[in-house]
Amino acid sequence: MRLPCPICGDRDRREFYYMGDAVALHRPAPDAGEDAWDDYLHLRDNPCGRTRDLWMHEAGCSAWIVVERDTATHEVFGATLARKVKR
Amino acid sequence: MRVDGKGFVNRAKAVSFSFDGKTYQGFEGDTLASALLANDVRLVARSFKYHRPRGILTAGSEEPNALVTIGQGAQAEPNMRATVQEIYDGLVAKPQNAWPSLAFDAMGINDWFAPFLSAGFYYKTFMWPRKFWEGLYEPIIRNAAGLGALSGQTNPDRYEKAFAHCDVLVIGAGPAGLMAALTAARAGALVILADETPQMGGRLLAETHEVGGKACHAWAADMVAELQGMDNVRLMTRTTVTGAYDQGTFGALEKVGHHIADRDDDLPLECFWRITAKRAVMCSGALERPIAFPMNDRPGIMTAGAVRTYLNRYGVAAGKKVAIFGNNDDAHRTARDLAASGVEISAYIDSREGVALDGDFPVYAGCQVTGTEGRLGLENITVRKGTTDLMVSADCLAMSGGWNPSVHLMCHMNGRPKWDEAIQSFVPVDGMIPGMVAAGSAKGVMDTGGCLRSGAQAAIEALGAIGLDAQMPDIPQAEDDAYVISPLWMVDLGGKAKHRAWLDFQNDVTTKDIKLAAQENFKSVEHMKRYTTQGMATDQGKNSNVAALAILADATGRTIPETGTTTFRPPYAPVSIASMGAGSQGKGFAPERFTTSHLATLQRRAPMIEAGLWYRPSYFPQAGETTWRESCDREVNMVRSTVGVCDVSTLGKIDIQGPDAAAFLDFVYANTFSTLKIGKVRYGLMLREDGHVMDDGTTARMGENHYVMTTTTAAAGQVMKHLEFVAQCLKPEMDVRFISVTEQWAQFAVAGPKARDLLNLVLDAAIDDETMPYMSCADVQVAGVGGRLFRISFSGEHAYEVAVPARYGDSLFRLLCAQAEAMDGGPYGMEALNVLRIEKGFITHAEIHGRVTAFDIGFDRMVSRKKDCVGQTMSGREGLHGDYREQLVGLKPLNGQQALLAGAHVFDVADEAVRVNDRGYITSVGYSPTLGSYLGLGFVQNGRARHGERVKMVDHLRKAEVICEICDPVFFDPEGGRLRG
Repeated sequence: MRLPCPICGDRDRREFYYMGDAVALHRPAPDAGEDAWDDYLHLRDNPCGRTRDLWMHEAGCSAWIVVERDTATHEVFGATLARKVKR
Repeated sequence: MRVDGKGFVNRAKAVSFSFDGKTYQGFEGDTLASALLANDVRLVARSFKYHRPRGILTAGSEEPNALVTIGQGAQAEPNMRATVQEIYDGLVAKPQNAWPSLAFDAMGINDWFAPFLSAGFYYKTFMWPRKFWEGLYEPIIRNAAGLGALSGQTNPDRYEKAFAHCDVLVIGAGPAGLMAALTAARAGALVILADETPQMGGRLLAETHEVGGKACHAWAADMVAELQGMDNVRLMTRTTVTGAYDQGTFGALEKVGHHIADRDDDLPLECFWRITAKRAVMCSGALERPIAFPMNDRPGIMTAGAVRTYLNRYGVAAGKKVAIFGNNDDAHRTARDLAASGVEISAYIDSREGVALDGDFPVYAGCQVTGTEGRLGLENITVRKGTTDLMVSADCLAMSGGWNPSVHLMCHMNGRPKWDEAIQSFVPVDGMIPGMVAAGSAKGVMDTGGCLRSGAQAAIEALGAIGLDAQMPDIPQAEDDAYVISPLWMVDLGGKAKHRAWLDFQNDVTTKDIKLAAQENFKSVEHMKRYTTQGMATDQGKNSNVAALAILADATGRTIPETGTTTFRPPYAPVSIASMGAGSQGKGFAPERFTTSHLATLQRRAPMIEAGLWYRPSYFPQAGETTWRESCDREVNMVRSTVGVCDVSTLGKIDIQGPDAAAFLDFVYANTFSTLKIGKVRYGLMLREDGHVMDDGTTARMGENHYVMTTTTAAAGQVMKHLEFVAQCLKPEMDVRFISVTEQWAQFAVAGPKARDLLNLVLDAAIDDETMPYMSCADVQVAGVGGRLFRISFSGEHAYEVAVPARYGDSLFRLLCAQAEAMDGGPYGMEALNVLRIEKGFITHAEIHGRVTAFDIGFDRMVSRKKDCVGQTMSGREGLHGDYREQLVGLKPLNGQQALLAGAHVFDVADEAVRVNDRGYITSVGYSPTLGSYLGLGFVQNGRARHGERVKMVDHLRKAEVICEICDPVFFDPEGGRLRG
């Protein structure tokens, strides 16, 4: 499996650290309430199809990236720097 | 038997090898199989289950029978296929699975019990009594069954891994593959052409027809020569592409050294490649399938294509009197080539009516082979014509049930091939693997001309997808004979047949087993496979799966497409674990990280212990000390009374700078760092977002916008990733940069009442309590070198940590140790460090193990409520506070000499020590020479309110029970006077 690092180009999966769903980017406000925090921390969809997740190019440029891919076909559609997605 | 004037082996170079203790001669270019056949050796192996005599069935990597052990001693490699193994001078090959000898195998008695050993035999027979399975049945079965055995010694061979990238990967160098590679190469693409065998050409090396007006092998040689001359082409021989993976990644095994007699020590035996290709063309060819007729497994019975390969490529006649049995026109070529070479053909049997062949041999059309004879090798066959049986003498039977396209790689992403009625086999479907197309006979194209065209077309398609224009090359003139076949899966003699017909030769699966599976309702092809073990041997059923499921289809009244195939999984051919794990053996598995004091520490004969990848001293033994405890006790006393030196460089050090550095630290730490004054150090507690403790450490403020954070040794990597996550994903607006400087600084703890006296001997400017008060930091000059000094303590003593650039670490450590020893101090190791911190109740990852909160360790008040930080919101949630939580406590045995055990659980004294009464557990223990008692840290439910109460520590595994008193985790100097003194 290969992932397209926006900085380094296509790189082997072994260079990346996997975190999980890109929902982790959307941290609720401290007073958002228990449900929002429970959702943010613990509840994850398990899609068969398109998904966006966070990977870190740990053995490369250290960039956190959001990768869009398909869990069924393993097709990778692209990746964006998390820093840019966030802004 | 050699045939003059045939084959490409180098007859000028004889090669001597041994098999089963006897020495034979072959030629350079022979495989072990071709050389054995040239020496008229037919019996080469015994089968897995029935120990039946077996010979060579094929001429390729799909071989199920001819498995041998190559080499001797630690280098012996079991289960090597004789059909793949090239011979070299001095090669030693041994048969497997036979005792006392290949010709007389005692376990051959299993064959007599065959009626009782059918599919599912083990499941049905060894059910009862249950306890006999592990003790009795399994060892007996394991001893009787099986193939080659490992040497049991450490493998001394080298293995390598490598990576390659290309535009177009062409898999297989037969007619389609050569044409595809040439088309892609001429268009300027970076091409890798990989082929399993040492010589490229595929079937063109095994046939006698013409391509482009020359002998097909000569045409292939010209193609290879042209490809060799091109800079953009990489030819990889002896390389099997074993798997197709995501995003154009392929695994490939290169056999680098298996064919070399005296390998240089640095030459690997095998190299496992990971090839990344923009596009791939699968030209993996087709494999011939046997026919399941009664007793079709005798040595001498081979596939018809293999007989042709041995004749045309190796110049070997597989027998002196060859019979041929087929259901398709391709088998005619075997008769034609053998006849042309003067080999006697005793019969040509075609299952189809009305088939005529020109030749000086008897042709039996519309006939079948219904039996064979010959104990250790074929002698006679029975041919049934209508109701008459005819005995035909033959020492070799070439059989052909048709050809199966090698669709395996195309199915590695769970794609299913489709049934092609015309060729009676499965073929690939478009789009099974993104970016890979099939060509040639792998796609079901069964004539050479078609294969050449198909290869060129596939290459053009692949090139177009990556934006390269290519011209359709001239396709040379080649045979385009129609491949005519009519299905013949098994020779059915009705219910009365007393002889078995083999499908999976390696696992001894017969047609009867498949029918039995269907009868017992294992009708799904996946169930049938597991019940009978069909296709589960090292050849993965390459010869037999299609026939097996055709028979299953028949037995269950379904069509073959309805029955479907089993799942194809990598690897295509066996891959040694050693090659996949290349580089990760021994030290490669866990690289070693050494501190700058490593050598000096070893010179002091300190035993090292692993801390992650780091190596740290356990203790520094002195003359007369016989146990680690003696050394540890001395070192603890030394730190408490004079001064000790300890390398603490393994702790993570992160340099953090920027206008928002303070705000960033306020967000990642539970407590506040923006209020920390320049030149001061503060203990910091880091939480995970779910409110549990992630790590702790001290952070020093070196300047307005400059902090140096320390992490624990264990969590340094995790914290670094976490900081990057916060900076990039949660707070990208913050202007802050950080980098790990763990390896740039050597840092030593100097601890004890004489710590400052020692430091003043090495510092250029002396310090005192005013210039360096407790929890301060400063840039200092250490013996003329710029360094940093932190007044922090992990021992509870007046202590410092002094840091210098790593290149000075060794000399500073030696200097500090020498000066300390002059003051009755010295170095101390991890054991003493651990006891010192337990005496003070300082926590490590033994305590903050991922399930504890700030509340649990008594640090709830450190979590600032004035600011947001990671973990702040969730640390306040229900369930993380209260008297039901297990809280950090000290535990002291009533009898101080009774050892506490880390990992033991805590129960109320009156309670039975069972799970429901569990009150907590012990995380750290040590013997305190300062207090003359064992001490423990642990977690006890509502523990902070229970100081002074008694509990019992119980360890069921190590059979220990100790009554303890719950106390404050700070056992020694609770006021902290020694820290500040």
